[in-house]
Amino acid sequence: MSAPLELVCPAGTPAALRSAVKAGAHTVYCGFADETNARNFPGLNFSRAEMEEAIAFAHGRGAKVFVAVNTFPRAGAERLWRAAVSDAQALGADAVILADLGLLDHTARAHPDLRIHLSVQAAAANADAIEVYAREFGVKRVVLPRVLTVQEIAAINRDTKVETEVFVFGGLCVMAEGRCSLSSYATGQSPNMNGVCSPASHVEYRQEGDALVARLGGFLIHRSPADAPAPYPTLCKGRFSAGGVEGHLFEDPVSLDAANLIPLLADAGVRALKIEGRQRSRAYTEAVVRSFRRAVDAHARGLPIEAAGLAALSEGQETTAGAYRKTWR
Amino acid sequence: MNSEPAIPIFPRLGAALVARLPLAPAQLAAERLVSQIAARHPDLFARLGDHARKTIAIDPTDTPLVFLLTPDPDLPRVRVARAVAGERWDARIAGPLAALLGLVHGAFDGDALFFSRDLVIEGDTGAVLALRNAIDNAELDMGHEIASLFGPVERPLAGAMRIALPLVERATGVALMRRAGEPT
Repeated sequence: MSAPLELVCPAGTPAALRSAVKAGAHTVYCGFADETNARNFPGLNFSRAEMEEAIAFAHGRGAKVFVAVNTFPRAGAERLWRAAVSDAQALGADAVILADLGLLDHTARAHPDLRIHLSVQAAAANADAIEVYAREFGVKRVVLPRVLTVQEIAAINRDTKVETEVFVFGGLCVMAEGRCSLSSYATGQSPNMNGVCSPASHVEYRQEGDALVARLGGFLIHRSPADAPAPYPTLCKGRFSAGGVEGHLFEDPVSLDAANLIPLLADAGVRALKIEGRQRSRAYTEAVVRSFRRAVDAHARGLPIEAAGLAALSEGQETTAGAYRKTWR
Repeated sequence: MNSEPAIPIFPRLGAALVARLPLAPAQLAAERLVSQIAARHPDLFARLGDHARKTIAIDPTDTPLVFLLTPDPDLPRVRVARAVAGERWDARIAGPLAALLGLVHGAFDGDALFFSRDLVIEGDTGAVLALRNAIDNAELDMGHEIASLFGPVERPLAGAMRIALPLVERATGVALMRRAGEPT
């Protein structure tokens, strides 16, 4: 029996963190209730007091907590991001997840004892880039972008000693991570800068007959017939007419589920598996974490991984192995 | 949690009976319940931020009642109406009563219910998200909340609910109690 892969699980609220830990998360990642993290949605995230309590809860049950400070600081407002890093360390976080070069440099200098992980938002997609982050800022782990095949991940792990963490479940983005500004074209706010893709304040749903119509920043982005699943209100998942064809021009509304690829990802040298979904409920967290904990434990014992049946929790109610099996190449 | 939940629908006969009742008792009960929750769970209302002063229509579509909630921490208000038509609201969250109770009790995921079209939201999406996330974090148990309205008989009533509600849950498929999560 080998050591199980580390399962890194999302928590948008203290209740979700407790659910994740009880369901078997080795590690939970979460963020403060402001624009310093990439899930800056209404009603989500942690005050400083809640974070302190949550970290104590997790540590008391043998789980770790990573604090995401993974947006890009606004010019003139760097203090907010630096305070998030400083507070994360003071409150006992096991690591911070960072993306911005300036914040990485500040953290490495001002908090030399704080473990740094590189966010998927930094889009480090080859070993040379990862080595720079390790050499210059002491980055210990990199969360790889969801654009790589399993073979490419194996190639990265051959050429770097930095730990790698990959997404295995949850929402997908069409762009190279950290480079998407689609949302800002329609709303003026983006996931990279403000922590919100399609900010709720700019989303409007309306029932028109049996159809559910979604607008983002006033732009019609999709119309879901009565019997069709509804997608998230993001431009990348919108249905558009172009060249005489109507459809999902950027990306189909489906979610990643790479449970069956866990053995291949382990063989490729991956150290940790990440579940997306800090914006989801504790019901989602509990179900997905429990399912993946069973899967990584089964893999560690050399047992087959059973199908999880999580499609009902997925956008589009369908799942895909995403770029890990890039059959279109 | 069932990965593909079938949402039970409130019986039509029951809905027809409720439709014949006067609104005043439901209004009184809703007011007391909201005040009680505000007093017992101040973090829930604090988590709403600026959205706390908006009015959210909570619309169990298989019942003849709509709850217009303004979760202002200083003055929480709720009004019970027969339908959303003609009412003023900033946001509306609508679905079968069992779906709404399942959300409160942590049995269902809000996004999954939205994907499957069991839940409909309209109007101010930010207010709906804030309320949904705040309620999810509060880990409410409506049985406890209702029992606590009855003062001196709270404990025996809560004890009776602990026995009766699991049986009713099994018979109806409706999540009537908070899902606590089991340790591995």
